[in-house]
Amino acid sequence: MTGEQRPLDAVPAWLWTLLGAALAAQIAWQAERHAAAPRAAALPPPPSLQALRLASFGEREATARLSMLYLQGFEAQELDYARLVDWLGVVLELDPRSMYPLFAAARVYAEVADPARSRAALEFVYREFLRDPNRRWPALAHAALLAKHRLKDLPLALRYAAAIDRYTTEPGVPLWARQMQIFVLEDMNELDAARIVIGGLLQSGRLTDPAEAAFLKQRLDELESRLHR
Amino acid sequence: MAAPILIRLIVLEARRGGLPWLAAAALLAALALAGFLSEVALAESRMLQAAVMAALLRACAVFLVAAQVVSSIAREIADKGLEAMLALPLPRPTHYLGRLAGFALLGSALAVAFALPLLLVAPPAAVAAWCVSLACETVLVAAAALFFAMTLAQVVPAIAATGGLYLLARSMAGIQAIAGGAVEPSFAHTLARQAIDLIALVLPRLDAATRSEWLLYGAPPAGELGAAIGALALYALLLTAAGLVDFQRRAA
Repeated sequence: MTGEQRPLDAVPAWLWTLLGAALAAQIAWQAERHAAAPRAAALPPPPSLQALRLASFGEREATARLSMLYLQGFEAQELDYARLVDWLGVVLELDPRSMYPLFAAARVYAEVADPARSRAALEFVYREFLRDPNRRWPALAHAALLAKHRLKDLPLALRYAAAIDRYTTEPGVPLWARQMQIFVLEDMNELDAARIVIGGLLQSGRLTDPAEAAFLKQRLDELESRLHR
Repeated sequence: MAAPILIRLIVLEARRGGLPWLAAAALLAALALAGFLSEVALAESRMLQAAVMAALLRACAVFLVAAQVVSSIAREIADKGLEAMLALPLPRPTHYLGRLAGFALLGSALAVAFALPLLLVAPPAAVAAWCVSLACETVLVAAAALFFAMTLAQVVPAIAATGGLYLLARSMAGIQAIAGGAVEPSFAHTLARQAIDLIALVLPRLDAATRSEWLLYGAPPAGELGAAIGALALYALLLTAAGLVDFQRRAA
């Protein structure tokens, strides 16, 4: 690195030309390529849990979160939801303590216009909630609200709300979450209910991540403007 | 008094070879990548930062230590410096262990430097556990790289052997899980599974060490950390003993 070098004019002109031309060709070639957004149909089936574990070389937490970023690259509206749910399941199994797959299922993939897809995402949240209720209840609380206000399916919303009350056992689960059945049954609009849930999450200290808080605030603003339109 | 001189020479060579700059570049790359990824994350952005930085910095620390050890020893062998040193009235274990101590010191310094930025995204106790574990892991890698560099005496085979051993050890738990997952195991499958279990017996449990989950979900209990570090220390001892045996037999 510190060895002496001959002056620049020791390099023949044709070599400078070749270097410049190669660099220009490289830049022109890359400028022509446009990074295409991944198409929904291109979402491949998820790898098996063992394969993903092997590929992670022991860094399961990082691999799980990077897999979620990969999934985020696909347009939610046109995804094959059976395949998506399989992906979310594998990622959650890779790091069962991560809330990212449940957050994405409840807050992104369940909030699509197609009720069948929304239900598929909500059922995933419900299924996975049953495996670890004390940790995963915030996602199901949101799922209950979506079932009531978006799907207009009161029995489904009550099933989710009742599950939170029945299966959570830790004293850290706030009272409002255990009493979700009440405000599912109450004649409360979606915005007020969402404010209670997000406000409650902030107060309980469960919502500390800045990206998560910013995302939820943006969702609240969107909800507010939609309802006021 | 010879060992401290050897340690000093190793540290001096690393400094002049640009190791601090490479470490700084790795730190910058990890910070930039984690910062970028956390911007696109919808949730758990701090956890994502911690996990990605930890994974990348761990890989960088291991690669830098292995490359430094192998290139240093290969250069010493190639320019006959090792032969000249062996002519000195010093016991051979002093030569070997002095060098190993120097490389271990480099690895530990890298572990401390790489742990510091993690304090931004993880609790201090968890970072301390990760740092101690990474320091021990780099000592193990230094011992492996020293063994292969002395034995194989060529840069590429020695780096390939060190990398192969490291990656195999990191993925052995996953390989065992796959091997044990057959519904109806055949004779060939049982044989393969037993062969894998046998290989696992002579590999370190790297999947249990320097875990990102400590940074994300809290520092490990003292017993778990102690077991992980103990396993690393034991394997580093095994590699050192193997290296000493080989070095004693080496013709001057």
